[in-house]
Formats: sequence, C-alpha cells, structure tokens
Amino acid sequence: MTAVTAREAAAPGAPRRGRRTRELSGLAGWTVLGWVAGIAFFIPVLWMVVTAFKPESAAETWPPQFTFSPTLSEFRLVFSGMGPFIEHSAVATVGSTVLVLVLALPAAYALSIHPVGKWRDSLFFFISTKMLPVVAAIGPLYVIALKAHLLDSIWLLIILYAAMNLPLAIWMIRSFMLEVPGEMLEAARLDGAGRFREITEVIMPVVSPGLVSTGLICVIFAWNELFLALNLTVTNAATMPMFLISSVPQEGLYIAHLSAAATVASVPVIIVGWIAQRSLVRGLSMGAIK
Amino acid sequence: MAGVRYAAASRVYAKGARPAVDGLDLEIKDGEFMVLVGPSGSGKTTALRMLAGLEPLDGGRIEIGGRDISDVQPKDRDIAMVFQNYALYPSKTVAENMGFALKMRHVPRPERDRRVREAARILDLDEALLDRKPKQLSGGQRQRVAMGRAIVREPKVFLMDEPLSNLDAKLRVQTRSQIAELQRRLGITTVYVTHDQVEAMTMGHRVAVLSGGKLQQCASPRELYDNPVNQFVAGFIGSPAMNLLPAPLTDGGARLAGAVIPLSPAVRAAAARDKLTELVVGIRPEHLHLVAAPASAGSASAGSAPAGSAPSAGTGVDQALHGEVLLVEELGADALLHVRLTGDGDGTGDGAGRGGTVVARTEGRKAPAPGQPVAFRVQPDNVFAFSPETGARLAS
Repeated sequence: MTAVTAREAAAPGAPRRGRRTRELSGLAGWTVLGWVAGIAFFIPVLWMVVTAFKPESAAETWPPQFTFSPTLSEFRLVFSGMGPFIEHSAVATVGSTVLVLVLALPAAYALSIHPVGKWRDSLFFFISTKMLPVVAAIGPLYVIALKAHLLDSIWLLIILYAAMNLPLAIWMIRSFMLEVPGEMLEAARLDGAGRFREITEVIMPVVSPGLVSTGLICVIFAWNELFLALNLTVTNAATMPMFLISSVPQEGLYIAHLSAAATVASVPVIIVGWIAQRSLVRGLSMGAIK
Repeated sequence: MAGVRYAAASRVYAKGARPAVDGLDLEIKDGEFMVLVGPSGSGKTTALRMLAGLEPLDGGRIEIGGRDISDVQPKDRDIAMVFQNYALYPSKTVAENMGFALKMRHVPRPERDRRVREAARILDLDEALLDRKPKQLSGGQRQRVAMGRAIVREPKVFLMDEPLSNLDAKLRVQTRSQIAELQRRLGITTVYVTHDQVEAMTMGHRVAVLSGGKLQQCASPRELYDNPVNQFVAGFIGSPAMNLLPAPLTDGGARLAGAVIPLSPAVRAAAARDKLTELVVGIRPEHLHLVAAPASAGSASAGSAPAGSAPSAGTGVDQALHGEVLLVEELGADALLHVRLTGDGDGTGDGAGRGGTVVARTEGRKAPAPGQPVAFRVQPDNVFAFSPETGARLAS
C-alpha cells in the first residue's frame, strides 16, 4: 500500500473502482472466451447426435434444418448391422487392456520400486516407440501379419493394441508406484514381506486407483483406433471404426446413418470417460510430468 | 534382548566422497537406551539404517548380541523400527498393521491377536481403535500404532528414527517421557535417533554425539554437559548454547573484551605445549554471573551471584566482562540476556571479543532492560578452553 496523497485522498473511490472494473471485465472476457470455445467444440458433436435422429432425406440439406420429425429408423439400421463389429471392438479392447495391465505392472515395478540398471534408457526406449508414426510401420506390419497368417484376426488386433498402449501404461503405472512412500516399503521389508507379499499387500492397495485409470485410458485408445484396423482387417476382425467407414457408401445419402453409427460408437467411451474423469486427468497429467 | 556393537562401521555413498558414516565404533549395552544425536548430515540416520539392514556396510561390521549381522537380511536381524513418518499401511486396519510382521512369520491367528491386544494395552490404545484405518486416527495415535507394530514383534533391539518430530510441541514433551518410561519397563535395547538435543538429554542412558559421520563423544547426558570433549559437543549440547568466543592468550589467562579470563595452569600448559597464541573460550549462559555495572573495577557484586562465589576485589586488572544488553528473552522463571561485549574501553589489549555477542541466563524478575550496560563475572572453573585448530578441549 503506497502512501495516499492529499489529491488521491479526496476521491478515494475512483482509482479503486477503476481497478476493480478492469478486473471484472478481464474475468468476464475470459469467461466469454471459455464459453465460446466450449460451445465451438461441442456444436459439431451436438449436430451429429441431432442428425442421427433425422431421416436421411432431411439430413443433408442446405440450409441445415433445425426442425424435423425425429425418427429412430437410422438407429434401427445401425443396431441391426453393428453386431459383429461391436463384438470385435469389445474383444479387442478388453483383451488388449488386460494384456497391457498384466505386462505393464511388472515393468513399472522394475522401473520404480526396485529400479534395474539402465532404467532411464528403458523408459526412453518405451516412449520412443510412440514417436514413430504408425503410417511408417504399416508396411512391415502388414507383411509380418501376412506371413504369420494373422491378417483379419482378432488376435492381431489384441497384440497390436497392447503394443500401442503399453508405453503409456508403463509410464502411468510407474508414476503411481513412485508415489508409494519409501518408508512403507522399508517397513514391509523389515516386517519380513517378500517380493510377492510386498506387491500384493503393500503396493497394490495404494496403486489400485491408478491401475483403474490406466486401464480406462487404454480402453479409450483401443476402442477409437482406426488405422491399424482399417489396414489389417476385413470382416473377421472388423471393429466399430470400420463399421463407421462402411456406413459411407459409394453413392446415395448416408449422413444420417453415419451420425447414428457414430453416436452409438461413442456411447461406451463417453460412459467410461465420465466414470473416470477425475482419475483420467490425474493420470494423464502425472504421466506427463514424471 | 542383546547389546549392539558398531565396529569401525563405514558407509560411503559415492566413490571419493566424504563417508556418510566414518569408522563408527560404538558399544551399546543390553537394555540400554542409546541416543544418536547430531545435526543434519551427521550420519546418525545412516548409522541407524545400517543397523536395520536398510543400508549396506562399506567397511567394518555390526554385531547384535555378539553375532555379526552385517550380511543378514533385515527381517532376520530380530529388530523392529519406528519410522519418522510412521509408515503405516493405509489399506489395513490398526490391528492388521500391528500384526503384519507376525503374519509374515506365519504366527497363528489367536496368538497374533493376543500379542496385538497386549501391545495396545501397554501403549494405552483403546481397543475400539484396533478396527480403524490409519487415516481415521490422530497424529499421536498413529505414532502409538507405529510403536505398537514394533513392540508386538518382541525384538532384540528397538530402532527409532526421530519418531517425535511429526508431533506438536506439547504432545512431543508428553510422548517423550512415555517412550522413556516404556523402554525402562520393557528393558529392550533401544537405539534412538534425533536432532533435538533436549530429547537426547532427557531420554538417553547414554548419548552419542555425531558430526560429519564421526563419533564426537559418547557419554551420559551429565558427562556430556559438564565435560565436553571438544568444541562441537560443547556448543551442541545445552540450550541455550555455550558461548564460544576466540580469545588471545595473555599472562594468567585469555583476553576477552578487554578483561582477562583466568585459566587454570593445566590449560595454560597445554596451550603452551601446542604453541597456541589464541584459544576458543567457552562459557555456559548460566555461568555468566551478572554484577552491578561498576564504575571502576573491584566493586562488590550484586544480583544473582550464587552463595559460593566470592566477589573478587579488583587488583588493577578488571576481570568483569562489560557489555550492552541487546535483547531480553523472557522464559518465565529465567530470562536470557543477549549482550554485545563492549569492553571497558581502557585501551589495553586488542579488540578480541569486542563486539562479540554472548547469551547469559539470569533471574527473570530482576533482568535489566535492553540498552542497559551490564557486567559479568565468571568462575575460572566454569571456563572451557578449546584449541582453535582442532576444536579439542585443552586439559580437563
């Protein structure tokens, strides 16, 4: 607080009011900007859901129609056609996530609680695999899959999705494990807990929320994956993203059908994200920092 | 129950770096409460962890009950440790926390429950708490659960790593005496690490003072206080700390702020033997006796001079330390005076000690005010002399 001169003292309200007005208008400006950005991102999604309820004839018009008689006919078509696709997606997603967790847990343990020598190099190697665009790898992947008779096989997707998610899972689970207090592990060691007991009785209870959020992130990424599925599957392992693509025919109107399919495909991931939102943010930001 | 022995135990973290623990030789008797005390980085916690088996030895060995346990796994050493942050398992109940070690040893359930309940009784832990999780307990209760976890194991040695540092001041004082009393009752050899010298003095049978990884002195609290073996121990033990000031040697003693502090012949001989021209003089705050600030040397002393000290008539050389009060800290029964030594301006000698600050303890109700000139007398017996190079105490 600086000294107030006689002149300022005469009108004490004026400078203070000016500052406050500036603060409020600054805050209001950011709020408006936030809302604009949020709405801008949400509008396309909203439009997609609205369009899903339109008949095909009313879907792709210019100017866009806001009033229409809603119908479930497109949804009926989607539900009748998506059966095998959603089944393949579910198997690939759940299968790959289970595989990821089974592999990532010991790996994260070996990189955090009892670090092996060269753990830094290992970590960097894991992250470096994400630096390669999958487009560059698709050629060799296709040839390998062909030779191994794994093309259009759900097992191929399980393996590849697991490989895709493993680096992220290892990083995330490792960051959760680093939060286990060192003293607790020493106390367990003094109490006579061997490695197995140390993991099951001491580490797992502390880390389990982290495991859940890691699993959910892997589910989201595996469910949404398109490129590998598109190039390596045809019918026997086609996933939901493939179903969406197949909703685009060579000719004819398709927007309403596509919207309906996309809406249905989004529902599981939205539910998963909603359930896990807090731990998702924590998991993603922690994985980045550590 | 067994004794503990450190034989030239060493721990070095990085090649070529200063050892964290440097050739520690320490013998702890069976049933003794030994406190390891020292500032941060002194190696006390490392020494404790070496005993626990959480740190390997880089030299020497450690024995429990005569058996060399340097290479034995922590769980096989028959010890129990109380950690600074308690290290309780958050997902387990109090009873499960306390019984965990027994469960790892496959002790049958009824025996486990019995021992847990017994430990809870010894520690005054309400049985209702046994089914709660640690996060539902207060800090003091958690500390007792941590101790209960150690007691239940009935080990040969208790290890405690600053267990009181997370408690508030009042609880700390209370728990301090409870731990000391508990140890006396159970009679288990205890090694206790703290940085707080008050805890060390009040709890330990013997106290080992460490600095820079080396043992400075290991003795009873009284012995450490009255007979510190070097400048570090003298300045570390005792609160407020001993006043330590450099003072050049002169005839009959050392010159401090214009006055001559008398030194015993043994000290003077030791200084001459080491060819020292300057000493570090140490005087405890309670040994600086306030005298009425005299206009000239030799006036009778007043104030808080104890019955045994005879006010010495000046013989032309002023033996009182003169200064000006900077600050008065009220403690209730006592007061601590922070005094800047000014010397009496007679121009003799150099400025050694002039401008230095001392802390003196005086009676609370008769304390002078800040800014007042004061003078102190000190008995020759109460003056410690240390070598300025090595810090070792001269003569004894």
